[in-house]
Amino acid sequence: MLLRFLGSRIAFGVLVLFVLSIFVFVLFYIAPGDPARVIAGDKATEALLVQIRENLGLNRPMYEQYWIFITNLLQGDLGYSYRSQLAVTEIVASRIPVTMSLVFGAVVLWLALGVPIGIASARKPGSFRDRAGQTFAIVGISFPTFVLGMMALYVLFFLPTRAGITLFPPSGYSPIEDGIGQWAWHLLLPWATLALVSAAIYARLTRGQMLEVLGEDYIRTARAKGLTERRVVYRHALRSAMPPLVTQLGTDVGLMLGGAIVIEQVFGLPGLGRLAVTAVENQDRPVVIGIVLLGGLFVVTINIIIDTLYALMDSRIRTSA
Amino acid sequence: MIGFRTPRQAAVLAEQASGDVVVVQRGSASLTLRRLAQDPTSIVAAGFIIALVMFAIFAPIVAQLTGHLPNQQFRTLGLSPAGIPVAPSADFVFGTDHLGRDVMVRLAYGARVSLLVGVLASLLAAAIGIIIGTIAGYFGGRTDTILSRIMDLAMSVPFLLCAISLVSVLGPSLQLSTGVIVFFTWTPIGRVIRGQVLALRQREFVEAARSLGSSHASIMLRDILPNLMVPIIIYTTLMIPAAIVFEATLSFLGMGIVPPDASWGGMLSEAAGNSIYLAAPWLVLIPGVALLLTTLAFNLLGDGLRDALDPQAARKA
Repeated sequence: MLLRFLGSRIAFGVLVLFVLSIFVFVLFYIAPGDPARVIAGDKATEALLVQIRENLGLNRPMYEQYWIFITNLLQGDLGYSYRSQLAVTEIVASRIPVTMSLVFGAVVLWLALGVPIGIASARKPGSFRDRAGQTFAIVGISFPTFVLGMMALYVLFFLPTRAGITLFPPSGYSPIEDGIGQWAWHLLLPWATLALVSAAIYARLTRGQMLEVLGEDYIRTARAKGLTERRVVYRHALRSAMPPLVTQLGTDVGLMLGGAIVIEQVFGLPGLGRLAVTAVENQDRPVVIGIVLLGGLFVVTINIIIDTLYALMDSRIRTSA
Repeated sequence: MIGFRTPRQAAVLAEQASGDVVVVQRGSASLTLRRLAQDPTSIVAAGFIIALVMFAIFAPIVAQLTGHLPNQQFRTLGLSPAGIPVAPSADFVFGTDHLGRDVMVRLAYGARVSLLVGVLASLLAAAIGIIIGTIAGYFGGRTDTILSRIMDLAMSVPFLLCAISLVSVLGPSLQLSTGVIVFFTWTPIGRVIRGQVLALRQREFVEAARSLGSSHASIMLRDILPNLMVPIIIYTTLMIPAAIVFEATLSFLGMGIVPPDASWGGMLSEAAGNSIYLAAPWLVLIPGVALLLTTLAFNLLGDGLRDALDPQAARKA
């Protein structure tokens, strides 16, 4: 049963990636502009352009080009960047650690911040604590990430630096291999920015879920048994309030791994999102296609992992699939 | 006071005269408005939105009053000799930007873009979500499976990545920004509506309508949809701030409104370019705070509407 469930989820994941690949491929096929010219530059001779089109198969019909693209893709070959002539897989792989560092650090922070705030709110709805938590949540949700990031850079980096105090390093990334301290120091502001905005969403979600669960009969039973409030809230209620949170987390992490585009742009982090923006500006099609597909792969994989976890925990899901 | 009386005043007077309790019948719209009017946060939020709409509508008047056109560059008046933007002053209430343009006038024209795209995209996305969700939930079976899978598919797409590739190929414009936002935001409301319709179609009044010979379209439009007005209104209101931020993000990434036309995201992007905002912080502060207050106002109003329309859910979510 579990295998069949897993099989259907994977099949759907493959379908998503297939549709995505057609989407980007057709999109760039119909795009104006001549890739040969992007590669060779403005001063290229006609003969050179013809040669490049021949080599890349750009003069063949669309379905043939797609077929070549897909067969190469299945062999792990995403082609070469029009700009740097490097393999797309290599370029993309070099950016993954940056985005992963950014996303996973931020996830830890925002869960540590958002979930307790949500729980505290739900335990005493209407209290001062709850209103404070909800105010934090609604302001955080309304704050566009790039606005918060730019304000944080100005107040916490620029003003102190001008005054001669170095609180934070200038934007950029320091690889984890060069020392974990430098790595974390460089990522602290981007983490905090991303975490504050997302923590607000999770605080709201946690509060809503917890309020629902805390009204259930079995919670009353647990209290009636004489369990401590702490045990009731954290053991009994939180456990049932978790699934929607985990689903949301999966979606968010999946999407961000494909590039926390805005945050990377604001803080000058050379991750996948920044790469995507530069590649789009440079009309570097193979790189854009590579990132979009990788982004899709992240989303699909994480969704499959989460669905499988649910299926393992709850047999009803398995049978309904 | 004497003479003309509304029915309600008449009823109240009758009650006072006779000492009996008279119950005044109120429609749900009037009840909702009364509840909303008792919530100071919602009033402030609604007031802000109305003021913003005025600011956007009368952008040309703002330009006329200041005597500055949105794209007009004041190279001598609006820039210091070193080429640094001029801070807020009597001439330029919100200062100037890196080209010596009046930030307040640009803010007004940018508000038009934010509101137009935000509201239009949300309405269109909501309409598509409602139609697809209703059809999926109502017919069920294979129709539901296919439509639900399409919604799953649309939700598993890394939307910002796809959006910027789409815009880079088709060329940025106001229409494309709107289209992209609609394309990538109709699914959540579609899912919600589908779930609600799934539950509603089992109800007796739907069966009754069917036994009376109503067509599918008539049942969906006249029996089911009116029951979903509450989630639809709440959801659509809450989609607007998300769409406004989406548009600002596209413009911030250079994939939205084409310069030199003003948009809030574009203004922030220009402020970030060459880090000019470090010397002129109002270039971030003014459009940034405008954006923040706008999304906050819509979110607060959405929450207020939810509490007013659905008092039972007021303490949840």
